[in-house]
Amino acid sequence: MDFTLNDEQRLLQESAERYLAKEYPFAVRRRLLATDLGFNRETWKAFADLGWLGIGIPEEFGGIGGSGVETAVLMEAFGAVLVGEPYLATCVLGVGVVRLASSPVQKKVLLPKVATGDLLLAFAFAEPGSRYELSRVATRARKNGSGFVLDGRKAVVFDAAAADTFIVAARTAGGVADSDGITLFLVEADAKGLTRRDYPTVDGRRASEVTLKGVAVDADAIVGAVDSGLPVIEWVIDHAIAAVTAEAVGIMSALNRQTLEYLKTRRQFGRPLANFQVLQHRMVDMFAACELSKSMAYMAAVRAGDRDADSRAKAVSAAKVQIGKAGRFVGQQAVQLHGGMGMTDELPVGHYFKRLTMIDTLFGDVDFHLRRFAGG
Amino acid sequence: MDLTLSPHELAFQSEVRAFIRDNLPADIKRKVEDGLRLVKDDMVRWQKLLGVRGWMAPHWPEKYGGTGWSPVERYLFEEELALGGCPRVAPFGINMVGPVIIEFGSEAHKRRFLPRILSSDDWWCQGYSEPEAGSDLAALKTRAETDGDDYLVNGVKTWTTFAHYADWIFCLVRTGSKAKKQEGISFLLIDMRADGIVIRPIRTFDGGDEINEVSFTDVRVPKDNLIGREGQGWTIAKFLLGYERTGIAGVARSKKQMQRLRTIAAREMCGGRPLIEDPKFRDKVAAVEIELMALEYTNLRIVSAENAGQAPGPESSLLKFRGTEIQQAITELLLEAVGYYALPYAPDALADGWNESPIGPEYAAPLAPHYFNWRKASIYAGTNEIQKNIIAKMILEM
Ligand SMILES: Cc1cc2nc3c(=O)[nH]c(=O)nc-3n(C[C@H](O)[C@H](O)[C@H](O)COP(=O)(O)OP(=O)(O)OC[C@H]3O[C@@H](n4cnc5c(N)ncnc54)[C@H](O)[C@@H]3O)c2cc1C
Repeated sequence: MDFTLNDEQRLLQESAERYLAKEYPFAVRRRLLATDLGFNRETWKAFADLGWLGIGIPEEFGGIGGSGVETAVLMEAFGAVLVGEPYLATCVLGVGVVRLASSPVQKKVLLPKVATGDLLLAFAFAEPGSRYELSRVATRARKNGSGFVLDGRKAVVFDAAAADTFIVAARTAGGVADSDGITLFLVEADAKGLTRRDYPTVDGRRASEVTLKGVAVDADAIVGAVDSGLPVIEWVIDHAIAAVTAEAVGIMSALNRQTLEYLKTRRQFGRPLANFQVLQHRMVDMFAACELSKSMAYMAAVRAGDRDADSRAKAVSAAKVQIGKAGRFVGQQAVQLHGGMGMTDELPVGHYFKRLTMIDTLFGDVDFHLRRFAGG
Repeated sequence: MDLTLSPHELAFQSEVRAFIRDNLPADIKRKVEDGLRLVKDDMVRWQKLLGVRGWMAPHWPEKYGGTGWSPVERYLFEEELALGGCPRVAPFGINMVGPVIIEFGSEAHKRRFLPRILSSDDWWCQGYSEPEAGSDLAALKTRAETDGDDYLVNGVKTWTTFAHYADWIFCLVRTGSKAKKQEGISFLLIDMRADGIVIRPIRTFDGGDEINEVSFTDVRVPKDNLIGREGQGWTIAKFLLGYERTGIAGVARSKKQMQRLRTIAAREMCGGRPLIEDPKFRDKVAAVEIELMALEYTNLRIVSAENAGQAPGPESSLLKFRGTEIQQAITELLLEAVGYYALPYAPDALADGWNESPIGPEYAAPLAPHYFNWRKASIYAGTNEIQKNIIAKMILEM
């Protein structure tokens, strides 16, 4: 048993923290919020140069072949400064699918370009009526010669506006909620019949509703085996959950640090707020929530790699439940303990809180993962 | 003990209900029920209708425009307004400065200000908090110094709700330099059009723009605008704290939100059935509903004590912190109900007249901003921590 980071991981952590502290102050994020895509392509290039975009990509395809732990280390650092770049969409979700299920040819075409920052991906898995159920796929893919024609609607596709290539989950067989019969397809962003409605999200990111109307794809667009997409989706989403739990830990740590600092400096009734015992205990509970979450996030980062899908699911869902509850508590209390200041748009507190809130929603909320953990 | 309404109370209830049905403009009702942003015109339009009916200030003495209703009737009135989808009446004139003027103001003050509050011709805002004086209100620094027949006011007020709508602001200001900080505070009315007042909007992280910083630089205020005596401000502020806070629990508004939650959860699907039939979600809704009942009956118990002639006391602190906790819990459930569609941010969809089709279900857009915005409820009007301090001190004598 070893919970410590190895040398390379520590190096990654230090360099990420150092780089982001310098290049990603809150003012930068605030500027990004006002842009169309919500992120900066030059920053993305810089991430590529730092090797970050290739963490999940095998060395033979231009990456560094890192594990879930490296991803977690980076996501935690991203959380601490609220990085808005589409890392989750491209490097966790997109790369995850390709790495697990794509043919060698597809990998060769896609992955090196992702590593250099020249290709952005988006994963269209959710649908308007699917809530968090990954098997509920109504989008249809009908056979058309050797290829397929796709029709349907995809909901809240993260960073779709910037994506060059979509990975779309569509039904090739079976009923709307069947586990079998789902197939994954690569669809070019400029494919005929694909339209987007782009919007910002409440946490300052970007997403889109994506409509597919008679979108024709060739046989080489199929990712993995026909009708067997669900296990791939589940595997990828579990990795994405591990990644966002690490991001949430970065956010909680930052919130706790800033709140503690505020309590120590803000004075009311002739003394620092930090002197009030009720606030001390609150801060202790926030600290504990964050520590417990950190343990679970790193547990999930490791166990997401479990071969056994059930054991992986249990571990990841447990972490998601912990982070969902802790995130809500820490976020709400950080606002509360800042008083009126906590409600302002000017302070980062509210921005962290919004992202934490949305992380609870991503890939299933507390209730959903409680049920999944319990085996229901 | 009898927990049913008397025939008279029932008749009163239907009278109020009928009035709302016949008078509340449909566009305003829709905005309230859909959780869209109300603007000044919406609130004033509705308040003027209440004013014409003579129902603007039920709790004021009849002599000044009150209705003479019992506390139970006032409670029923509030409940009907909330359940009927009426906008909240802005509290600053009717519930705050009005009662202060009635209790401490001169006849001239009463003649000058009360009718315009009742008719909603004047919009008031509250200038208590300052950057260094929040929970510790008595630390306020804004000064009013004598200059002939006037005061010259200098200082900064902050978090001032609707200052940008306001014609008048009532302020706590420092007029003396007494050793004890509660002394030397006075209650002063200031015309928002006076020279030297600058309003700076403060954007909240939900995207809202209700609050402001209001700064005063050599603002000339006639001494006539002082309410009570110099140095009586703290007494007045305390009077106000204990005044008419039965509405503070927000029980009826929470009931209305629970209805909305049930409607939405009946439309959202989870695992192939309506979310409201999902045992986990249903149990959570039920749990909040029971907490709300406990609050409601506590509120009624306090109202009925008032009916029997007891003055409202520090119990109102319980209603405040518990009420806001429940309101916040409901906003959480509403957010959860829509799953991924809590994510799209469509600020234009929160205002009226947005013609685009909604992103996701049409009820989703306001839910996340509302959840974020409502974190304020445990901060303003005395934070929940301060409310608990009050109970510890005043009721439990700890
Ligand atoms: C949306 C909004 C609207 C508002 N509208 C108005 C308005 O119209 N007019 C107006 O005058 N004011 C208004 N306020 C201000 C509000 O009354 C203050 O924010 C509130 O009193 C808290 O003060 P503060 O913000 O300075 O926080 P602080 O007093 O600095 O408190 C920070 C934290 O410390 C806690 N704390 C402080 N003292 C203690 C203690 N002794 N024991 C335990 N915990 C403690 C608080 O509970 C809080 O969690 C508004 C505030 C908000 C958020």
